[in-house]
Amino acid sequence: MATENAGGGPVEYIQHHLTNLHVGEGFWQLNIDTLFFSILLGALIVFVAMRIGRGLRAETPNGLQNAAEGILEFVDEQIRDSFGSRAPKIIAPLALTILLWVWLMNFMDLIPVDLLPAIASGLGIEYLKVVPTTDLNTTLAMALFVFILTIYYSIKVKGLGGYIKMFLFHPFGKFLIPINIVMTAIDELAKPISLALRLFGNMFAGELVFLLIALLTLGASISASLLIWFPLQVVLDMAWIAFHILVITLQAFIFMVLTIVYIGMAHTQDDH
Amino acid sequence: MSISITLVAQLIAFVAMIWLVNKYLWAPLSALMEARRKKIADGLSASERGKHELKLAQERSSELLREAKDKANDIIAQANTRSNQILEEARTNAKTEAERIVAQANAEIDREVNRAKEELRAQVADVAATGAERILKREVTDKDHESAISDLIARI
Repeated sequence: MATENAGGGPVEYIQHHLTNLHVGEGFWQLNIDTLFFSILLGALIVFVAMRIGRGLRAETPNGLQNAAEGILEFVDEQIRDSFGSRAPKIIAPLALTILLWVWLMNFMDLIPVDLLPAIASGLGIEYLKVVPTTDLNTTLAMALFVFILTIYYSIKVKGLGGYIKMFLFHPFGKFLIPINIVMTAIDELAKPISLALRLFGNMFAGELVFLLIALLTLGASISASLLIWFPLQVVLDMAWIAFHILVITLQAFIFMVLTIVYIGMAHTQDDH
Repeated sequence: MSISITLVAQLIAFVAMIWLVNKYLWAPLSALMEARRKKIADGLSASERGKHELKLAQERSSELLREAKDKANDIIAQANTRSNQILEEARTNAKTEAERIVAQANAEIDREVNRAKEELRAQVADVAATGAERILKREVTDKDHESAISDLIARI
């Protein structure tokens, strides 16, 4: 595929890589590749979870169960740091899902950028974007769900009156109610938007850097200059992969921790 | 690239994932870990309790042992006293019995001596009378006889 599009130059190469496989247009555009890979990775999590679940042993846990227990305890610790012992029941599975799922979706970024699209084009699929978290729809969907939960727990814990009061009298007291409303609305809306954009931005940028590294030798003819560019490309790619392993893990962790913190903030009674 | 219906689809997928992760990973694993935590805590407290009970039992056993020793000493002392008593009694009884037997024997001896004396006296009188008859070759009168016998008896 890379060679086919080389004629269009780098811009077309990058644009091609940033186009989702989709049906429908405008609002009704359904990104099949995003859905396919996110559901595939979700199924992988469930499959592994079921395999662990079949061989659960309390006395002598085996390797996979140990790993799962380790991750579980790690997530549980984060939750306890924010909530104490009165966390709502949904938080733990929510945080665990985010950590595992987002990490796996981010991990797709480490697969060589042209590998899966090349295979897909061999199968007659023209466009393929393999990293679901480089699709704003994915990250915003998760952030929106977290946002809905924060509103739900705010109203549940503070009461509807308390929730409205938070808009009216926070942060400047009762004399600046209009400003308070604007400030609190921005404050609340910034949480899901920053949550979604942070993950999306990091992954998108990471993908873009991989594309730029791939461009180094794209369409190059066999020549002496290739002797310089090819080793440089390999070194850069390895360096960026090593760095990106940290980034994908960090972003998954940040998304999870911020989710816990936001819902934790919503869940506290004595806010103001 | 823009926000589209994919967002709704991903929202549904996300909620489904949370539900699935809870059902297949979080719930069974956390229940297991909770059960294990409880089991370990129970085991530790049981061992603590066992230790405590062992200590109590040791104290009790040493107390019992001391009591038993005391009792045994008492019994030995009592037995010693009793045996001394029995010995004393036996000695006393034996002494009394011996004295009684000696007294009885003495009485018997006295009685035998007297009886022998009586017999002897009678025989001597007979012998004397016969001897005198033979020597004298004559019938001693009843009077002489009488006086001779009395004389003999008095001398014996």
